[in-house]
Formats: sequence, C-alpha cells, structure tokens
Amino acid sequence: MRVLFKQSYDQDIRIAKHRGHLIWYGLLLLSTLCAPLFVGSFYLGELSRVMILALAGLGLMFVTGFTGQVSLGHAAFVAAGAYANAWALSRGWPSLAAIPFAGFVSMLCGLAVAVPASRMSGIYLAIGTLAFAIIVEDGIIKLDGITGGNRGMAVEAPVFLGFRMWESWQLYYLCLFVLVACIFAVLNFMRSPVGRAMIAVRDSEVSARSLGVKVARTKIFAFAVSAAITGFAGALFSHYLQFISPEIFGVVLSIQLLLMIVVGGLGTVHGAIFGAALVGLLETGINLAKDYLPPGIGSQPGLEPLLFGIILVGFILFEPQGVYGRWVKIRSYFELFPLYRRKTFVRQRSYLKTDRMQ
Amino acid sequence: MSREAVLSIKSIETFYGPVMAVRGVSLEVRAGEIVAILGGNGAGKTTILKTVSGALEPRKGSVTFEGRDITGRYPDSIARAGMGHVPEGRELFPLLSVRENLEMGAFSRRDRGEISASMDLVYSYFPDLKPKTKVQAAYLSGGQQQMLAIGRSLMMKPRLMLLDEPSLGLSPLLVSEIFDILDRLNKEQGTAILLVEQNAHMALKVASCGCVMEAGRVVFEGDREKLLGSADIREFYLGRKSEGARGKRRWKQRKTWR
Repeated sequence: MRVLFKQSYDQDIRIAKHRGHLIWYGLLLLSTLCAPLFVGSFYLGELSRVMILALAGLGLMFVTGFTGQVSLGHAAFVAAGAYANAWALSRGWPSLAAIPFAGFVSMLCGLAVAVPASRMSGIYLAIGTLAFAIIVEDGIIKLDGITGGNRGMAVEAPVFLGFRMWESWQLYYLCLFVLVACIFAVLNFMRSPVGRAMIAVRDSEVSARSLGVKVARTKIFAFAVSAAITGFAGALFSHYLQFISPEIFGVVLSIQLLLMIVVGGLGTVHGAIFGAALVGLLETGINLAKDYLPPGIGSQPGLEPLLFGIILVGFILFEPQGVYGRWVKIRSYFELFPLYRRKTFVRQRSYLKTDRMQ
Repeated sequence: MSREAVLSIKSIETFYGPVMAVRGVSLEVRAGEIVAILGGNGAGKTTILKTVSGALEPRKGSVTFEGRDITGRYPDSIARAGMGHVPEGRELFPLLSVRENLEMGAFSRRDRGEISASMDLVYSYFPDLKPKTKVQAAYLSGGQQQMLAIGRSLMMKPRLMLLDEPSLGLSPLLVSEIFDILDRLNKEQGTAILLVEQNAHMALKVASCGCVMEAGRVVFEGDREKLLGSADIREFYLGRKSEGARGKRRWKQRKTWR
C-alpha cells in the first residue's frame, strides 16, 4: 500500500507522481525500445499501426476528451497530414521537414474548422466536423494534380539525413519517437494553465468564462493542437500504408477514432493508448483467430465487424469508463493491496440530464 | 398518535462509490403526518429522499411503503405506487408549458376523467400558476417554478410526498407562502409529507415531528415540541444563542450528541 505524503504544491503537477511511475513507465519505454530485437516484422508492423492509431487518438482526445468538443471529422486531419507528407517527400524534402510540414498543414486545416466550430457545441459540432471531413475527402479527389485524385498516390519511404528507411523496424522507431514526444507534449499542456482552461471549458463553459477563460480561444487552440498531432499520425500512417487514396480517410476512420477513445476511456491520456491497443489488436486477433475456426464459420463475411461490435457493446455495458476504468481498478487493487474492496467501484444509479436545445 | 406508518425506513446505508453518505438511518412517516429532516450540508438528507424514491439504491436496509417492500425498486414503479418526489432544484421540463408540465405529473394515472379536477385543485392551491397556464416553465420565476414542481407532483395524487428543500433560493415571503400551502395540503388532502429542509425554523412550523441528521446519521429526533425545546437545536439550527454566565459560551460546551 502506497501513501503519498505531499510536501509541496509542485508535487501536484509533476508528471511522475512517485518513484513507481518512473520505474514502471521506464520499463514500458525500455521494453518498447527493445521490441524489434524480439518481435518479427509482421508484429512490428502491427505495433506501428497501434502506435499510429494511438497518436491519432491522442489528438482526438485532446479536443474531445479534454476540451469536450466532439469531433466526427478527424479523418480529415489524418488525410491532410498523410497527403502533405506524401507531397513533401515527392518534392524531395527530407522527413525532418516533411513530418513537421504535415503537422503544420493539418493544423491550418484545424484552424480553418476551429474558428466556426468554436461557436458550436454538442450535436451541431459533431455534424459540422462531419461535414468538414466530407468536404476534405472530396477536395482531395478534386485536387487531382497534387493528390492523384481517385487513383491514389504512392508514398516514398521516409528520408533521414539522406538515408531511405525501408525496414519495418525503422518505421517502428519513428512512430515510437513521435508518439512519446506527443504524449509528453500533451501531458505538459494538461498541467499548464492552458490545460486547466481546456478542462474548465469542458466541465462548465459558464464558470470558465466567468473566471476569465477565453472560451473561443481555448477551443481554437485545442482544435489546432489536436489537428497537428493527428496530422503527425497521418504522416506516419501514409508511411505505414505506402499508398494512400481518398477512400481510406472516409467517415469510417473518424468514427473508428472516436470509438477508440471512448472505449479506451474518455478524458485520459491512457485512454487514447488503451483504446488504440484494444481496437488495433482486436482486428489482428480476430484475423488470426479466423484460421483456427471451422471453415464454415471462419469464412463467413461480416464476422469481424460482428465480433468487434459484440466486444464493444460488452465494454459499454460492463465498463463504461472504458479500458482505463478497468486499469484504475487493477491499479488500486495493488496500491491498496490488503484493503481493496470491490464495492468501492460499484456504480450508483444515475439518470442522464440532456443538453437542452434552446 | 398510533396511526399506521405510510413509510418506514429501516437502517438504510447508501453509498456514492466509495463514499458512505447515509450510515444506517431508520425513520417512520405515519399517515397524514409531516416529518421534517433537518441538518447541515452533506448530512445525507437528500440522499435519504433519493433512496426512498428509488433514484439511488441502498446497499443495506429496507424501505417499506404502505406495507410493501420497495427497496431497490426503480423510481417509476415507486412513483406509480403513489409516492411523489419533488427533487432538489425543481427539475421541471423547461420547454413544456405549465399546463403540459402538470399533465406530465398525471402521466401514470389511469382515471383520465378526473385529471382536470386535479388540475383545478392544483390551481386552487397555487393561484399564481393560473395566469401562466400556457407559459413555458423556463420563463417562470423561481417561486412559481417551485410551486409548479409541487403541483406537478400533486397531479399524481400521491399518498406520500417527498419534498427536497422547497425553500431553496426563494425569498422569505415566498418560503412562508409555500409552507402555508404545504400545511393546508397536508390538512385538507391528508397527504403525508417527508420534508427535507435547511430552514429548520420554517420546517418546524408545519412538521409534527422531525429528526436532525449529521454526517449520515440521525443524531436527534422527536416531535416538534421536543425539537423546539432542545437547547442544541435552538442554538445550531434555529440560530438563537443562549447567553452563558459570562455572556460567552465556554469552548468546551458541545452538542449533546457528540
């Protein structure tokens, strides 16, 4: 059992709250760094995909989980990042310029959508961002000269200091680096006044405004940063796919991202990672499990979405806080070791109060 | 005073996650009686009402309404059994008119023909609502909203009403007006009332008996005379200071129940 004795206010905003955090997250980082030594290239690719999803989820979490602005259009930012990166590489830019450029282009898209979106909320915002995503998808098709339209576009391998990175372990390290950097950036944002303002906007716009938070500016900031992070994810995604075409970045991807952070646990950085791991590995797992099923069942069309749906419904029914909720329970079991009581987390009845349309 | 109990609560415990808000409370409301639950913020008063009406689930103990066990049943079925809960903060339907709000109150009733009679009854108790019949509830003043909330609950002809802080946010004049109406309701309709109040002074004017809660427990109970006569109640809930020998209280003097 751990008892934290706080002696200064700085302890409240420290990223690692105690030595246990340092040790365990250090071990996690170490094991991800060593993974290419032990893991084959197929699984390395799967891990890269999970990290890219986690990065996009982190971006969406920034605006939806922390600022409370639901976005159904994040596929558009992924697309912007992916195409910007592919275009920059095709012009002979190095990746050190192309990936930040992808984030920048995506951020500009984010700003374009954020200025009108800062006046919307709830279901209207969801519709607005959805419309934006559809516009971007169509725009990509129309910008034939740059994007190749419906034919798609081949993506060159990332270039660092003149070296082409073809191998899957190189992409793995690139994804790992960008993901860790973005996690640290988000953690730092969240413990700064800007992060507090975002949480204030999420929890009560009236209170935030009355305490002097500039609500519109906070929302625009959140959208821009979120779009930039998602743009990085898009750039990496383009490398992962090696060939991009507009239909990849459709509404389904947006919904998948949103679903991912909800299943992971809304409002936490952990949630974005857990959600990506669950959704990403579930797909792989179902595909692998198919081989062991009797052929009559395994080859049925629609098996994956069915299983996927069942698992998600199960999560929503039994663990509405998402994977993060389960994580908190497991963690507190060990932290409180002999004193843990299941009933601590028993849910009391609650009745929803809706946003009233006025 | 040996009338039968409409509601009897036996040692209920209610939790919010890890927090134990009600720590074993037993209460009884007899037919045609007003019982007041007094106490400071966070004493667990509202939690008791919510547990009784089914909005929360007790982890231990039982709630019996008119001889039937209703522990853990859902609020809609408890409401249909004849218990009206007027929640804290009114919870009206803001976009519906006053009349439609009242009609919603009669939602579970089967005797369609007599609903308009009930509505006339509500208007006779709350004449202020009469000219506002077609106005959206969102545009009523705080006092009218409270009246509407009570009226809406009356529309289902409850045999027991649970009132949560009817004085919340109202001017002293309106508070006494509402309490007069509650008193009349109780006398004329015979509705038993379980009343949660911070305003002990007003509550004890209408209640025939009551209890004081602190930190989830009942620390003092009795009929009105006993409550009004107790030095502790006078001091801590009615705000009347009894002068000590030196004009100042000794620091050691505490409430009797601590």
